[in-house]
Amino acid sequence: MYSVSKLTEYSASALERASAELRSALAQEAVAVKNEAEWKIFRDRWMARKNGVLTQINDLWLKAAPKEAKREAGREVNLVKEQVEQAVAAAKIQSQIPTLPIAHAGSEPSEVEFQGKAFEKAGLVDITLPGIRRPIGAEHPVIKTMNEIVSVFQKLGYSVAEGPVVETDYYNFEALNFPPNHPARDTQDTLFIAGQAAKPPRERLLLRTHTSPVQIRTMEKMRPPIRIVIPGQVHRNDPPDASHSPMFHQVEGLAVDTNITFSDLKGTLDHAMKALFGSSVKTHFRPSFFPFTEPSAEMFVSCFICGGSGTRGAEPCRPCKQTGWIEILGCGMVDPNVFDFVKDKGYDPRKVSGFAFGMGADRIALLKYGVDDIQLFFQGDVRFLQQFA
Amino acid sequence: MKISPQWVRDFVDVPVDDQRLAEDLTAVGIAVEGISGSGARTVFEMEIGTNRPDAMNHYGVAREASAIYELPLKPSQPKLPGTPRSQAQHQSKAATAPLERSTSKKKQTSAAKPAPKRDHSNTPAAVSFPIHIEDPELCPRFSARVVRGVTIKKSPEKVVHRLGLLDQRAINNAVDATNYVLWEIGKPTHVFDMDLLEGGKIIVRRASNGETLKTLDGVERKLTEEDLVVADAKKPVGLAGVMGGFDTMITDKTRNVLIESAWWDPVTIRKASRRHGIHTDASHRFERGADFESTVVSCDRVADLILESGGGQLPGDVIDVVGKMMDQAPIALHVSEVRRILGEKVGASEIFRILKRLGFTLIPAGQEREEFTVHIPSWRLDVEREIDLIEEIARLHGYDKFQNTLPAYSGAVTEPPDAAKDRTLRTRALALGYNEAVSLTFISHADAERFLSHCSGSSPAVLELENPLSEEASVMRTSMAPGMLDMLGWNLNRGAENVRLFEMGTVYGVTDGVRVEPKRACLGATVVAVKNSLPGGGVLDVSQGEGAAVAEAFRGFKGDVENLLAAFECEALIYDRQTAEYFHPERSALAWMDGTVVAQFGQVHPEVAAVRKLRQDVFLAEIDLQKLYARDLRQVRFVPLPKYPAVERDFSFVFEDGVSFEQIDQAVRALRVNDLRSFVPAEIFRGGAIAAGKYSILLRATFQSAERTLREDEVAAWSGRIVTALQGLGGVQRRE
Repeated sequence: MYSVSKLTEYSASALERASAELRSALAQEAVAVKNEAEWKIFRDRWMARKNGVLTQINDLWLKAAPKEAKREAGREVNLVKEQVEQAVAAAKIQSQIPTLPIAHAGSEPSEVEFQGKAFEKAGLVDITLPGIRRPIGAEHPVIKTMNEIVSVFQKLGYSVAEGPVVETDYYNFEALNFPPNHPARDTQDTLFIAGQAAKPPRERLLLRTHTSPVQIRTMEKMRPPIRIVIPGQVHRNDPPDASHSPMFHQVEGLAVDTNITFSDLKGTLDHAMKALFGSSVKTHFRPSFFPFTEPSAEMFVSCFICGGSGTRGAEPCRPCKQTGWIEILGCGMVDPNVFDFVKDKGYDPRKVSGFAFGMGADRIALLKYGVDDIQLFFQGDVRFLQQFA
Repeated sequence: MKISPQWVRDFVDVPVDDQRLAEDLTAVGIAVEGISGSGARTVFEMEIGTNRPDAMNHYGVAREASAIYELPLKPSQPKLPGTPRSQAQHQSKAATAPLERSTSKKKQTSAAKPAPKRDHSNTPAAVSFPIHIEDPELCPRFSARVVRGVTIKKSPEKVVHRLGLLDQRAINNAVDATNYVLWEIGKPTHVFDMDLLEGGKIIVRRASNGETLKTLDGVERKLTEEDLVVADAKKPVGLAGVMGGFDTMITDKTRNVLIESAWWDPVTIRKASRRHGIHTDASHRFERGADFESTVVSCDRVADLILESGGGQLPGDVIDVVGKMMDQAPIALHVSEVRRILGEKVGASEIFRILKRLGFTLIPAGQEREEFTVHIPSWRLDVEREIDLIEEIARLHGYDKFQNTLPAYSGAVTEPPDAAKDRTLRTRALALGYNEAVSLTFISHADAERFLSHCSGSSPAVLELENPLSEEASVMRTSMAPGMLDMLGWNLNRGAENVRLFEMGTVYGVTDGVRVEPKRACLGATVVAVKNSLPGGGVLDVSQGEGAAVAEAFRGFKGDVENLLAAFECEALIYDRQTAEYFHPERSALAWMDGTVVAQFGQVHPEVAAVRKLRQDVFLAEIDLQKLYARDLRQVRFVPLPKYPAVERDFSFVFEDGVSFEQIDQAVRALRVNDLRSFVPAEIFRGGAIAAGKYSILLRATFQSAERTLREDEVAAWSGRIVTALQGLGGVQRRE
């Protein structure tokens, strides 16, 4: 059996030779470990504080080393220590797997007994061969994310509402308090439908740039109180790149009642984010501007990747740009001007108030699954999609 | 937009470091997105909403800081040599900064509301340069100043340095002065070489059609009647609010300078900027609304900077032509309304403190301090209503300070009518091994023609985009097929051969002038995927050769479509071959449910596959969800399990190729044998001993009664009738 010997010289090659000898003994003994009892003996022999091999090399190799060789010896001892710890951990896992008798053709009886009766033994089945899997289709990560968000709000009493993708200027802009020729329209990078010049401006068609038009469409149909959640596709004139797509998905929400406050907006979204990202996430609101809400806010959640620390181990956390916060959505109290467009449906801004919010489902899916390119969502690549099966 | 915190500190004694200042500004909505440089060279990268042009400059940011830290805002006071009028002005401004004065409501312009059109050219005593505004709606105010005997040279180091921090190129002391003032107080101004202005006057007018103006960027611009210009007696010398003219710009030779500081109608500026495709720092501010009351101050400040660096004299007074006053009505603010919207009481004293620092003037209405009359500073054109004031209060109070509460609700919760059907179809497609995909909603013109929406009968007109991203994405999709084929091709090109995809979405069109967005589902599969999923023991066609393999693959894909359709109520599901041209004519089918076409499916036409360079045969199914969803989801009706044994009988026949299984099935059904439970094909064979043009088929009948065990003679009699019926179709029974 291997025993640690004192080093007579401390050259690099001598150190290397001594530790190679130790490693080969370690490997041999590790393989022989078959059960927990044996593993404990193995562990103690190598790692016991009192006279374990590691303690011995510390004494015989490092402490006994002359001053000028301490550095080299120390490095070697540390390396060996790491290897011993790894081998002991691996041996434990190995000791827990029961060893199976390996059947060999010819040497086995041709019959097996079951409850006293003899059965002819069928051909040997290699149970470790991979099973034949019938394909299971994978949910699309963005649709899945949208459904999860919608579901959180359904549980809070929100009804699902929908609306057209090809919208009029009126619903996409005017009734949301984007007056004609207002600079806020510039931020929307709108895709317009051709051949609309002959129509009055508010009837001209475009691809909705947000799901917010459904707010107006729903309020036109339903009197308050309402609570709706609106999932849907939207379009912007953004050339495709890793973080932009001309088509993407939003989930919008709207609550209107006689008593809705900014505190309710905060509480509702805080609850929803905890339901989506885990109960430990925090929310943070900061002022922003949207024509159809006032006051308006951007909401951040504490980074659910790094836990808000801004770092992942030694690495900086990229999703939150090391800030510990991720911007998730825009929200605010419904602007009275928006209510004015549906005043005759019972939305008198002196009597009712409401909040609205909207978030990009694609962005949330990117963050949630660590996907680095939004284009992957829209290529239909089965190598990508099957990762979500 | 860039801001130098050092410059901000000119106006407020900020008690924190730059890092903290950035955080505090961000928390009140004046977002600092990034910080670069250090010390005096620190620069904030700002993100300021379109509603806050007042904060797009250093003085505006300083004002926010003064509100955050509750510290005084120092005036930005031009130090002009005394002229009678400017002194009078300064006196009337009293203790407050020039930019802080407008709430006093005593306009120095002395224009009573509604202001008569005042043209200073009529009052020569007060003026050194006549200015005539043709349309005061478009140019409500035009202030100007003359500086004579100026030396044009490089700007002082401080100006060059500060503009440099903001990535602004220094040009000369006069131009830099306007730029400096723009970044300092946010008011765009312009300087002309006065000696190049012909006729010794300024006219603000619409351009006439065909007039041209070479702008400062050197571009010769064609003007129309829609353009508003600043002109001299003969020609346009500036595109109002957007960019000055090239021919009247400041050069080394300039001696006399005319400073322009006007207030322009935002919509007019925005339209001009878009029409000519020029977005300038000036147009950016004018189209969002500049400070009406800063026209004079900005003139003075520019003059101040020019005099400081280039010498010269101010021969006269500031010229201030006001055609129309800005109407900023005071707003009634109720403490109760603040609470109704925000959910928490913000005290009257805090409201007072916040708004005052931002330049608002509050006058309590009544004794209770429950209501205030609030006068709006001239730089806050975005504040017009009580809710706008509530937002100011909320953001400076701090959004995160408001409690999180959940509102009560007692309304009904509903789902869209199709939600359950969508879920059922989606779940089934996933269970069948189809991966859910989402493709882009645009297609090319060529594809819009190739893939006409077939399911819905009359083809709707296509919707084209006015500003498409590319020709490949210029039409709203009329069919899900092109997107699906592109996705299949994408996979095949990357070595993935076993591909099964489905997509649920909408297609777009216009029918009878009304835009429609019918819902569709689309399945796509490569032939390898279809063949891989065929059950080994369940093969029907046992003939050798490619024909049988194709037939089996088609049946495999058809089974998937049937599994989807089977979720819906249907009396009779039948098929014909009238599919769209992009399907293989012999390997595709149209599915009719009770007389309505709900789907078409099958192999894609080889030529269509060739155009897209697909490396494999592919299958496609298009399901018209509008038609399908007109049906109810299949209701489950329990059938008692049989108590008596079933009897099977096989029939082996040879038919002409023209005889379809549907005909066979109908002939047998027509017999109305009550206890016939099922009648299915069990094996098909072509070739070998079977003559060409014919096929052999093994048919399996299962008889079973719910009431009793069937007798041999009954089964024999039924079998005899089946044989007769099949012979009626020309079938010849084979003896085994």
